[in-house]
Formats: sequence, structure tokens, C-alpha cells
Amino acid sequence: MKVTLQHLTKKFPSRSKRDLREVVAVNDFCFEIPDGKLIGLLGPSGCGKSTTLNLLSGLQEPTSGKIFFGEDDVTNLPPEHRGVGLVFQNYALYPHLTVLQNIRFPLENRKGKDKLTKEQMNEKALEAAKLVQIEGLLERKPSELSGGQQQRVAIARALVKMPRILLLDEPLSNLDARLRLQTREEIRRIQRSTGITTVFVTHDQEEAMSISDLIVVMKEGVVQQIGKPQEVYDNPVNLFVAKFLGTPPINVFSARIEGEKLYIGENAVLSLPGMADREVVAAVRPEGFVPREDGELLCQMDRVEVMGRDISVVCRNEAFQGEVIRAIVGSEHLEHTHRDTIRFHLKEGKLFLFDVDDGSRIRF
Amino acid sequence: MDKQNRKGWLYLLPALIFLGLFLVYPLVDVMIYSAEEGFNFASQTHRGVGLGNFSYVLRDPYFLQAVKNTFILVIITVPVSTGLALLISLGLSSIRKLRELYQTVYFLPYVTNTLAVGLVFMILFKKTPYTDGLANLVLSWFGAGPVDFIDGPYWAKMLVLCVYTVWIVSPFKILILTSALASVNPLYYSAARIDGTPKWRVFTRITLPMISPTVFYLVITGFIGAFKAYSDAVALFGVDLNAAGMNTIVGYVYDMLYGDSGGYPSYASAAAMILFAIVLTITCINLLVSRKHVHYS
Amino acid sequence: MDFERIERSARLRRRVGTGVLYALLTVWAVIVLFPFYWMLLTSVKSYGAYNSEWVPKLYTTDPTLENYRTAFTAVPLGGYFVNTIIFTLGTTALMLMVTVLAAFAFSRLKFRGRDLMFTAFLALMMIPGELVVITNFVTITNWDLRNTFLGLILPSVTSVFYIYLLRENFAQVPDELYYAAKVDGTSDLKYLFKVMIPICRPTIITVTILKVIECWNSYVWPRLITDDQAYFLVSNGIQEIRENGFGRENIPAMMAAVVVISAPLIVLFLVFRKKIMAGVARGGTKG
Repeated sequence: MKVTLQHLTKKFPSRSKRDLREVVAVNDFCFEIPDGKLIGLLGPSGCGKSTTLNLLSGLQEPTSGKIFFGEDDVTNLPPEHRGVGLVFQNYALYPHLTVLQNIRFPLENRKGKDKLTKEQMNEKALEAAKLVQIEGLLERKPSELSGGQQQRVAIARALVKMPRILLLDEPLSNLDARLRLQTREEIRRIQRSTGITTVFVTHDQEEAMSISDLIVVMKEGVVQQIGKPQEVYDNPVNLFVAKFLGTPPINVFSARIEGEKLYIGENAVLSLPGMADREVVAAVRPEGFVPREDGELLCQMDRVEVMGRDISVVCRNEAFQGEVIRAIVGSEHLEHTHRDTIRFHLKEGKLFLFDVDDGSRIRF
Repeated sequence: MDKQNRKGWLYLLPALIFLGLFLVYPLVDVMIYSAEEGFNFASQTHRGVGLGNFSYVLRDPYFLQAVKNTFILVIITVPVSTGLALLISLGLSSIRKLRELYQTVYFLPYVTNTLAVGLVFMILFKKTPYTDGLANLVLSWFGAGPVDFIDGPYWAKMLVLCVYTVWIVSPFKILILTSALASVNPLYYSAARIDGTPKWRVFTRITLPMISPTVFYLVITGFIGAFKAYSDAVALFGVDLNAAGMNTIVGYVYDMLYGDSGGYPSYASAAAMILFAIVLTITCINLLVSRKHVHYS
Repeated sequence: MDFERIERSARLRRRVGTGVLYALLTVWAVIVLFPFYWMLLTSVKSYGAYNSEWVPKLYTTDPTLENYRTAFTAVPLGGYFVNTIIFTLGTTALMLMVTVLAAFAFSRLKFRGRDLMFTAFLALMMIPGELVVITNFVTITNWDLRNTFLGLILPSVTSVFYIYLLRENFAQVPDELYYAAKVDGTSDLKYLFKVMIPICRPTIITVTILKVIECWNSYVWPRLITDDQAYFLVSNGIQEIRENGFGRENIPAMMAAVVVISAPLIVLFLVFRKKIMAGVARGGTKG
């Protein structure tokens, strides 16, 4: 099912009497979700990603704009007629029902010609349970399950009615680190095998990058960038996106262009033919630093953190907008780190320039 | 450590004195009383020990009438008031505007003096030579004849007693149920909505199971409270409840103890013990039933 | 699928549903409020006007305060009032003292037999008051305390439930505060008054209010223990008015007395609305 969002906007009335401005949770969101893809809605908390999910599910109605499922305009359709499956952040499993009863619950609501017999319902529920590999837990109560198992039950409950689209709200945030890794692969597998268009919300960029076909980066209700994870990482449209994606985070310097050269502090690090003189923000991915005797950027060594195959070089520079620079380099460069200073060559594709005022990308 | 011990008991002492004198000792004493046959209040003597008091009470037509009245009252008012309170609190929790106002109004009967407001009900339902009363006025709109609800037929008197009891016990139930409903995580309702669950199914399959411990608590306390009904009946029918045929078990106990027909603490004790046994039995049955139907998280 | 039709019917159903809901809620509100309205209305109808209404009127054109004068002069209503206030204050104050000390002992002091004792207290909660009234009546009679405030107050003081409620609240105060106070050389009693009570003030207020309501409305015990009008409480007073006083024929005056008796608690409720409702929701029961 293709999903189209047209100029979707959601405003909330002001929260306090003193501040009468209304809160714009989602602002003019336009997007066409291709059929059968896994979409990650990504942004810091309060960026409007959960509101977007609620607009898709129908739990909230948009202030303006339209939503289409395929060719159908569902903008004001109540949620029960939309055929969406929704997995809640803390799963919302009914505590008094067994796993089987929980999964079967959506099917029991059908009436008229869609009504199913008990055998049919159990069969479908079992099918869904098998898909998420919990068929051995059907008679348990939710309180007897681990977080990961509850998550699977919630997904099975959302899938059992064959939704037109599947929505997941922070699906991994309540799981511990190891389970999170495992479950996100699981979500990818389930989505692939069912082919249901899936939208999930997360604030964890690593999570979104690792399993999404497309990611949507949002900030304060406004979509910043939409694209394949690698594209967005390699080609951020602004400083916010560049900073939000990647661990360790991108290193941001105050810099200037002078005489067609980029200066970080006193170091001319890159030649930029044809660029006018101006102040800029230069951001370098951690993997963009190459230690070299004749490197252009001079930094003061702080310490080295060994991570196995790679090492993380922690160093300082006057022009750096933060505490310390983190560069990820191959362990063969360890010898460079024994002195008080270190020189880096900067890889051109890993260095981005942004406008000092609005953070927009400056191409070169 | 010895000093610590003494200090602890010292702080507890006032409570121990009060409870010992007015709760524990009477409990033992009431059992003794109930077994002492032919007790004479003036001379403080008794004839013998046995179950004579119980058999007297159980054969006393006033007591049997009181038992009948109490049971009818319990069987009618507990389900009606609980059901009504459930409906009202469901309504209350699905509105936002004016909610606090409604809640405040609904709670008012709780803080009123049972005796005083009972008199208002009495004059609303009473038929006198001067007027048929407001209740009869309403009845006459439907073509029903005037009935004296206070001094008239048994069913009419019972009806008023039930109406008043429901009116007076509903605030507590509404309050407790409203806060139970508010504690159900709204996510469950969102989840149910997404699945297209019809409203009555949301109620029977989600809301009711989740608040079942509260409902059950209200049913048990409702039963206990209704079995102890007394002052509402006094408010409506006056202190001579035996004459009105509207006595309750508790009323019988007090009448045996004191007043025109009083002076028989042994009979009063036996009746009180019987009441206690009934309440205990009903509560046990309730507990057994609830095991099957109540979901405790 | 006909989306527009579904949308429209859903919206219509929601609107009709809300209307019906408010209507039903209002019906119950009227049922609850009507007796209050009727007692106010009747209390300002003149004796003659009331008795000449074969069909009761839902309003009155010439309200009078005459009935209130009758209520206060024909029977010692003011006296009932003062008695009830003395009874309520005395009982509540004693109850607070006993309860706070016991709750403190159970929650903070360590002494042998404490847990056993607390279990015993909890068991006492199940004893119905109706059972022990008989012996208490005999006890108070034997002590020659009938028709005295002491006789009224003493058996009404204890409330195991309030001890339990307060102990739970006291137990939530972190141990560190107690040890800190001990290190500073604070005595237990001082700690109780300077730290515990201020921290647990909301619960103490709740318990106080619940007890006040209970006292103001108590009827059975006062009826047993007083037959001298000089010691009647309002509940007994109003019953006396109804049985032997002017209540038999002068209903407006009786309603005036009912209004006067009901007013203090209603005012108390309206002032402390949130506290009372929260307190009752946390575990009050009627009676």
C-alpha cells in the first residue's frame, strides 16, 4: 500500500494561559511512502514524529492537509476503518488476557460477512504467532513474558488482521541493548516477509539507519531530509541532519574561506577554487580524519581509546565547537599518537560546509 | 534495648486502652451475653448457659421480619447502586467539559446527615390529609393512583427505602469507580480503537476486567453496608420500626437493647451474632466467586 | 468503501452520543440535587402556604425566614448544635492523639512484638461496630456516664482504620530523616511533631475531615447513650423534632432545622472538596 501525505499539518492549542501561541507539532509534511518499504521517522523528542504516527493511525485528526492510503483519502476516517496495525511503545497488551487472546482480539471485532469462526481466528492467530516466533507462549499472560517477548506479541497482534500499513512507535526503546539489536533484525525480517508498508518512529539514529529503506529526519515539526540512510549520512542537507546522524557524532569547527582556501584556525585544510571569502561551519565525520606527517590540520593530543580494529583519537583544536574531537582511524596509525600533537589530512567527501546562520549546506 | 521496648509500648498504650475497652472486651463479652439465658439487667444474673437466646430470636416474628426486610434491601440496592454507579462513572469519564462540576454534585449525598436528608425523602413521598406529596404528583401524570409510601403498603415502603439507600450510597461508589476508570491506561483504548473494537466490547473485554478488583471491593463493602442498614430506615419511618414493619436486623439489635422494647442485651447479642455470621458467610461466598472472575494484576 | 458516508455517520453518532450522555448525567444531577432544593424551598415556605398546597408547588413567591426562627426557638436546636460541635471536636482531637502516637510506634519505633501487634490491629478492622455497641452500652451505663460528653466521646474515639492509613503514610517518610534527627540528638517526640506530622499533613487532614463527617452524622451511639435533650446531637435532635416536636405538623419548620443541620458539612465539603474526595477515594467508607 502506497501512502501519500499532502501538506500534513497538526497544530495544538497553547498549553498554558500565559503563552497563547499554538504548538505546531507537524508542519506541512509532504511525502509519498512507496509500497512495501520500511520507513524510519527519526528526530529528537518533541519533533513531531509521534504525532505524525498518530495522524497516520487516525488517533488524531490533522489540522490541515491530506492522507491517502493508495488512492483512498483517509484523512478524516476514524482509525477502525483504516486497517492499520499499531504497535505501542510500551506494547499496550491487555494484562488480563493470554497471549493467544491478545493476538486474537482484533479478529473478534469483525462482524457481518467478515466474521470468523473460532477455528479460523485461532488459525490466523497461530500464523501470526509463528511469524514472530512466539508459538510456544500462547497460554501465558503478558506479565509472565520478557520485554522482547511482549514486543513480539504486540507485533503479532498488529499483524494478525493483515493491516494495510503497520505503524511502530519507538518499538525498541523499552528493550535492553542486546535485545534491541536482535529485535531490530527481527522487525526487518518480519517486514520483508509480509511486505506490509511499515512506518516506525525512533529517536535512535543507529536504529533507524540500520533497518530502514528510507529515513525521514524531523525537527520541530518540519521534515529536514528524506532519503536512503546512506545517502542522508553521506549528503546531509543541513547542520542539524549532519549532527543528528552518526556515532560518534560529526566534529564541528568554526572555519572561514579566505583566498579560495578553507581555514580551520590557522591551518589551511582544503583548497576551494572559485569560492568567495566568508565565515563558515566545517563539519568532519570521525572517519574523515587521516593522520599524516604532512597533514594540514594540527591538533593537540589528548588520549587514545582502543576499540580493536579501529582506534579513537581524542584531541583538541582551538576552532572546535565543543569539548574534544573524536577521530576514528585504523589501528595502524597508533604510532602517530605518541606525540603531543597530531596532524590530520581531511577526506574531502567526509567534510561538509554549512552556513553560519541558518546551518544550510554550502556545496563546493 | 529495654528502654526502646518500653517506649514503643508507651506510644501504643492509649490506642491499646481504647481498643481493649471498647472493641476487644465487648467482642468477647457479646459472645458471653449471647450464651447467657434469661439474663436480668437489673440484678445482673442469668439462669443458665446455652443457645436459648438464639432460638428465641430466631422464632421472634419481629426478627424474621427484620431479616426479610434486610435481605430484600440488600438484594435490590447492592446490584442497583453498583450498576448505576458504574454507568454514571463511565459517563463521567468520557466527558471533559463540566466534569468536575458533575463530580462535585454527585458526591454531595456523602456529606449529608442521613437522618436529616431522610426526612426530605419522607415528605417527598408521604401522603397526608393536606397533600398527596410530590412523588404522587409525578405518579398521577402517568395515571397512577396515590400511594402512601411512608405509612402505606409494604412494597411502597420498601421502594422508598431502596430509593433512599441507593441515593445515599451511590456517591461513594461513583467516586471510587471514577478513580478506578481514570487509572486505566488510555493506551489500551487507543489500541482497541485501532482494532475497530465496538464500544460495548471495549467495556466488557477491557474496561470491566481492568477495574474488576474495584467493582468487587464495592460489591463486598456494599453487601456489608447494606446488611447493617438502620438509620436510613429510621429517617424515613421513625424510631418504631417494628410497628412500621420496616425494621432491619441492626434495628432489631438496638430495639432489644434499648428503648420501649429494650432491656434484653442477651437477645440483642444473639441477634448481632447472627448478623455477623450472615455477613461473614456472604463475604466468603463473594470471595469464592471473585476468584474466578476478578483479574488482579 | 464509501469513506465519506462512514466519516459523516461517525461524526453524527459522536455528536448525538455526547448529547445523550450529557442529558443522562444531568438527569442524575437533578435527582441528587432535588432533595436539597426541596428542603431549601420548603424551609422558606410559610406554614400556611405549605399546608394549603394540595399540589406541591416547585417554587415560592413569598419566601419567609419565619421557620428558621421557629426551629431555633421551639426546640433547643442551638443546644444540639453546640453539643455536636463539642462531641465532634473532642472525639476528633482524642482520635488524632491516639492515632498519631500508635501510627508512629508502628512505623518508626522498634520494640518487641511490634509486628504481631500490628497484625492483631489489622484483624480488629473486621469487627463490625454493631457487635460491640451492646457491651459498650452496658459499660458506659455501669460507669454512670450516660448523658455525659465523656460517655458520648470515649467509645467513638478508636479507629483502627485511621491508624492503618496513617502508619502507611508515616512509613513512607525516608529512614534517613529519622537517623539524621537521632544523630542531631532530637528526641522521638520532637521528631514526630517537627518532622513526621508536617510531612504527613495531607493524610492527617484527610483523616481529620473524615472523622469530623463521621462524628457530625453519628446517630446510633448518641441515641443509645443520651435520653436527656440537653445532650442530644443534631441527628438525635432532628429525630426528636420529628417524633415528638413540631415536626409532626409543621413541616416547613422541620425542613428549616434540616437545612441548618446539613449546612455545616456541605460548606466544609465545598471548601475542602478536593481533599475530601481524594481522602474518601483513598479508603474512606461511610460509617
